[in-house]
Amino acid sequence: MRRTFLLEIVMIAAAVAFLFPVYTLISLSLKDPAQISQTPLALPDPPTLDNFGKAWSAAALGPSLVNSTVITVASLVLLIALGSFASYFLARVHSRLGYGLYVLFLLGIVLPFQLGMIPLYELVTDLGLIGTHAGMILFYTGIQLPFTVFLYTGFIRALPREYASAAQIDGASHLTAFTRVVFPLLRPITGTVLILNAVFIWNDFFTPLLYLGGSGFETVPVSVFAFVGQYVSDHGLVFAGLVLGALPIVLVFLVLQRYVIKGFSSGLKG
Amino acid sequence: MTSLTVQRRSAVSRRRRRFSANSPSWLFAAPALVVYALVVLYPAAAGVVYAFTDWSGIGQDMSFVGLANFGALLGDEQAMGSIGNTLLLTVAIVAVQNGVGLLLALGVNAKLKSRALLRVIFFAPVVVSPVMVAFLWKYVYNPDPSAGLNGLLGLSVDWLGDPSVALWSIAGMVVWQYAGYSMVIFLAGLEGVPKELHEAAMIDGAGTFQRFRYVTWPLLAPAVTINLMLSTIGGLKLFDQIFAATNGGPGYATETLSTVLYKQAFVFGKFGYSTAIALVLALFVAAVSLVQVYYLRNREVSA
Repeated sequence: MRRTFLLEIVMIAAAVAFLFPVYTLISLSLKDPAQISQTPLALPDPPTLDNFGKAWSAAALGPSLVNSTVITVASLVLLIALGSFASYFLARVHSRLGYGLYVLFLLGIVLPFQLGMIPLYELVTDLGLIGTHAGMILFYTGIQLPFTVFLYTGFIRALPREYASAAQIDGASHLTAFTRVVFPLLRPITGTVLILNAVFIWNDFFTPLLYLGGSGFETVPVSVFAFVGQYVSDHGLVFAGLVLGALPIVLVFLVLQRYVIKGFSSGLKG
Repeated sequence: MTSLTVQRRSAVSRRRRRFSANSPSWLFAAPALVVYALVVLYPAAAGVVYAFTDWSGIGQDMSFVGLANFGALLGDEQAMGSIGNTLLLTVAIVAVQNGVGLLLALGVNAKLKSRALLRVIFFAPVVVSPVMVAFLWKYVYNPDPSAGLNGLLGLSVDWLGDPSVALWSIAGMVVWQYAGYSMVIFLAGLEGVPKELHEAAMIDGAGTFQRFRYVTWPLLAPAVTINLMLSTIGGLKLFDQIFAATNGGPGYATETLSTVLYKQAFVFGKFGYSTAIALVLALFVAAVSLVQVYYLRNREVSA
């Protein structure tokens, strides 16, 4: 018992040290420039909310939030639909073609996106999708499919075939058996796919900078990046912008944290 | 009569399809394959082709130059330095992130009152955009002795401005962001270690360290495999954090393959050369992943 108590003290101390950057972030966002230069480490005294209002409008966070939400949600829907269908085939087929396709999909996890960055930029331009939501949705769906297929295929392989067979004996087609019987059984892994991809897509910075920069359809990280560049010396304002920019995904995390942590680990275990 | 035979035959074939050919049509995979080919496979293949050209990124003018880009890479001091930086950074991140992640996992896996809260705290940075984390750390790392990390520790280190320190400072903020990620995967592994094994070892007189070494550690192998792979691939490809915090500086101290290939393409307009560097990066990632899968999978055991 005493040892557990000691361990608890050590872990709490580690957590406090770990939180130092977060303390810096929040306390500076609540200070005026004079406090930041005179007492950078102290608690804000008195705290001010001025930075938040200014940062919200200067970083154009309202429109960026809408853009990020549209792109993230649409990509997730496509990833789940395309990924689960493809994985059902890949997990159930017994042929060289099927195995080859599976390996081909996994290749995408290893390939650095920089290799195809420039040809893809040309392709997206030729399709007239530069600076559009559709271009970004297409990009995220393609780039995250390998990981999605990897997670779904592993899960479906461990699932008994009998559920789908039973439905098919009752006269259901493969399509019906999948959508009515198998897909609902995939709920745990669908949660994982949803969370892992949401965190990646929402936070991705470089691709939207390249494909959406200056289009008026910027996502949150791109807007925050531009905003930080503009107000670089005003740390209170910059940090208020960072707090606002990170808040949506952190709030989603705090609400769903039990499932997030479980999903992350179980998804990666399979 | 004929119609009856046809009917019977089709009924037979339908039944056969139900029971024997019980795998779904490849059309299930077709839509995903089309998008994947369009967004990943075709561009990557085209990138491999560009790596052997002198394309400038503007217009259609390009000619094949064979291995010239790779030859140029060998003679490019900055690019060769960036390979060294990439490898050092990756080794540092992989070692520290997984070491810290494992300690955190062992800590919060014990029956602590605050374990649920601790898990949330250690994991939270994972969900924040890497660019935003880099901006925060740029201030935490500022050289002012009264502010940030210096103020806290009573130091006056120029964390990002001193070329001999900057690369390790980048590793530090990456570890801070992703130690929780490693922790969660290790926790999943720890859940798979049966309590009975620990109890049996305890009865046999094994101490805490011995139980970790001979019971927990071998069973953690799958979690170790996944953690090492993910952190290695992440370390080799690292871009956002460096771009936002140092952009490769001071001098070339934090320049990596990712930042060099970015600059060659978008600052100097050498798209052919840039994709050649990207191809080298891809080969690094592929080689390391293959080696890890091969060696680590071999030592995995099951409970």
